Amino acid sequence: MVDAIDVAGLRKAYGKVVALDGLDLNVATGEVHGFLGPNGAGKTTTIRILLGLLRANGGSARLLGGDPWSEATALHRRLAYVPGDVNLWPNFTGGEVIDLLGRLRGGLDAQRRASLIERFELDPTVKARAYSKGNRQKVALIAALASDVELLLLDEPTAGLDPLMEAAFRGCIEDERGRGRTVLLSSHILSEVEALCDRVTIIRRGRAVESGTLSDLRHLTRTSISAELARPPEGLDRLPGVHDLDIEGDRVRCKVDTDKLDGLLRALSASGVRSLTSQPPTLEELFLRHYAGDGPASQRQPANHGSASQGPANHGPANGGPANDGPAAPDRDGVPA
Amino acid sequence: MTTLTGTGALTKLAFRRDRVMLVIWIYVLTAFVAFTVYGFKGLYPTTAERIQFAATVGHNPALLSLYGPMFGNTLGSLTAWRDAALGGVGTGLMSIFIVIRHTRADEETGRLELVGSAVVGRHAALVTALLVSCGANIMIGVLMAAAVIALGLPAAGSIAMAAGFAGCGLAFTGVAAITAQVAQTARSARGIATGVLGVAFLLRAVGDSASASGLRWLSWLSPMGWDELNRAFGSIRWWVLVLPLATAVVLATTGALLAVHRDYDAGVLPQRPGPAAGRAWLRSPLALAWRLQRSSTIAWVTGALIYGLVIGSSAKGIDGLLRSSQVRQIVVRLGGQAGISNAYLAAILSFTGLIAAGYAVSAILRLRSEETDGLADPILATGASRTAWGLSQQAIAAAGTVVILVATGLGAGLGYGYRSGGGGAEVARLAGAGLAQAPAALVIGGIAGALFGLAPKASVAGSWSALGVAVLMLLVGATLQLPHWVLDVSPFQHLPKLPGGPVSVAPLVWLSLIALALGVVGLAGLRRRDIA
Repeated sequence: MVDAIDVAGLRKAYGKVVALDGLDLNVATGEVHGFLGPNGAGKTTTIRILLGLLRANGGSARLLGGDPWSEATALHRRLAYVPGDVNLWPNFTGGEVIDLLGRLRGGLDAQRRASLIERFELDPTVKARAYSKGNRQKVALIAALASDVELLLLDEPTAGLDPLMEAAFRGCIEDERGRGRTVLLSSHILSEVEALCDRVTIIRRGRAVESGTLSDLRHLTRTSISAELARPPEGLDRLPGVHDLDIEGDRVRCKVDTDKLDGLLRALSASGVRSLTSQPPTLEELFLRHYAGDGPASQRQPANHGSASQGPANHGPANGGPANDGPAAPDRDGVPA
Repeated sequence: MTTLTGTGALTKLAFRRDRVMLVIWIYVLTAFVAFTVYGFKGLYPTTAERIQFAATVGHNPALLSLYGPMFGNTLGSLTAWRDAALGGVGTGLMSIFIVIRHTRADEETGRLELVGSAVVGRHAALVTALLVSCGANIMIGVLMAAAVIALGLPAAGSIAMAAGFAGCGLAFTGVAAITAQVAQTARSARGIATGVLGVAFLLRAVGDSASASGLRWLSWLSPMGWDELNRAFGSIRWWVLVLPLATAVVLATTGALLAVHRDYDAGVLPQRPGPAAGRAWLRSPLALAWRLQRSSTIAWVTGALIYGLVIGSSAKGIDGLLRSSQVRQIVVRLGGQAGISNAYLAAILSFTGLIAAGYAVSAILRLRSEETDGLADPILATGASRTAWGLSQQAIAAAGTVVILVATGLGAGLGYGYRSGGGGAEVARLAGAGLAQAPAALVIGGIAGALFGLAPKASVAGSWSALGVAVLMLLVGATLQLPHWVLDVSPFQHLPKLPGGPVSVAPLVWLSLIALALGVVGLAGLRRRDIA
């Protein structure tokens, strides 16, 4: 079966600002794919290229087996999109927007529409200008979820939702997965991604830095170990893949590359293990390691495995750009949520 | 006065944000008056010529309703007569734009919320807007007075005239201070205030063309009447300047009181719930375009019809009143054609053409604001193609422009036919004359469409500049006796002078074709470029 999204070496520059620098992204049909990255990494740019709103400068992008630029209209009937920053026409009610977008997409399921409105507790008679950010988000979500489409492109769809609505959203995505729909979910909320996504792609500065299932990615990270031993250990600092080693008498704390866990455990048991706690890596740690590079230099950890190491990128993405209110803001990721 | 805390800082910020816009407004309005002085100097250099000119104007209701009464026969009198009404429109529009921009528009985008959470008093934003607008009007007053004094007009009269224009701006500063509270969107706040300005212009037009025993008092109800009734360069009535000042103070205070009695981001009127579902017809880009433009288009058409009725009825009887060749010459210079009432109506309709072009530009630029507001994305991410989206707005803009022009002609025909007994023939004749303005207005709209497709960032400034050039050509082009090739830049220059002139179809056809081509170019550009 053709992949729902197949992007290779995608490039997009706004003048001198490079937003996408050879991005690869692959989303198989029927999967829920997490799309992660710091602000300004290029997530929104990618989605807008997939929607044919922007034209890429290089690389290839296929969407549902078609070309997102030249076959935009035909492809759009098969997908629904929720923008990260939902703006609505101030004089329209939520119900009108849902119907308009649904009909332009080729019709929506009245029953689904009603049940979604109930599920998200939206008052569809309110004029859009009176909706909060979260309610505007709900309008866009309901319009997307009530449409009968194959692919959902969701750009940080839960950014304005309260925890209750976020739970409702998760339920809906589970339902979509059950119906065999494909979802590309750009998000910052790790628990959401962990709960929903089959696979994730992490991008930074316009490139994919990690891609795979969550358990794949966990293998690339470190497990935290803390142990109480019968006697003080020896030679742990010479073991490969052991980091942040902290020995206090017979207590040991350290982090170990997941693929070097075996060696460490053998060394520990040589000293007699009294108690042992092992904490698998969280997605959070994975994230921080990739995100940190974009923020202040403080949190960066030495990454000593090749696949995730990243050469110093010389093109800053949009997040460092001037905060002008002109129309040319290259990437809406750059707008603080 | 803790409600004013932070006004100083906000005002500084506002002046910084507006620095380019303010300079342009102040320059254009000052230059407009200075050019008039300069032009009249060349056209009527001797006192005898001016006395004759003044005499003909004084008895011509058509010119009176267009420009107002003339007091005296000096160069200054001519200038004040010619520019009073339009100068007032200029300062009025400027003031409305400034006030709404710093109040309702900022509130709508949420900028004001960010600012308001800092140490800023409740009234600071409104007062800032009022200060910027007052500052701009005072600047215009001072510079305009200085400019015309430098051109040799008497100081007292120059100051009275300039103060009159500035006063009109102040009065509309007050109007906008209220509409900013009443309306919920910047768009409708501007719309209502501009509507008030239109009514003020009409009151003045009707009052000025009426007989002394009739409706002449109507002019006293209009800020645009006050700036002529102060009789600058005649026997100056300084006290008339108190009227706009008092109006501004009363209206601005009312605005401030209304502001206290409403919530942030709400209007004075309560929010009513709307339909829970979209109407069955709301299912295409064209339906969306109509829904977005509906209320403004209806308001424009209604205004055009009323305007037509007023000018149509005031045109009656002009033929009999005066057959001076000079008036004919004046009106012909304004774009009319021989036969006084025809000439008058033709001149008025060519103004209407420009006004309709203004509608066309703003309707086309709706595409741009939809794009920058992020409202194009959700539509273009559905089955709606870019072409369908752009073409729909273009279609509504074009149809609206045509309807506005026909409505003006229709109104003029009804008013003129009723008063002159011409009946249905007049209605058809003037509706047709109104329609004949459409190709030129659509060319200006087409420029906006082409810019939107090809150079979206320049589209707003570029399209309004194109309209501005056409307006200037009509207002001062003939007075300045500019060479033909310069005047020919404006599409309106090529239209047949209707009613009255010979109907030449060729320019109507090729102007229409140019408009069409510009629209197509815009759509082609839109299909190729990135959506912002």
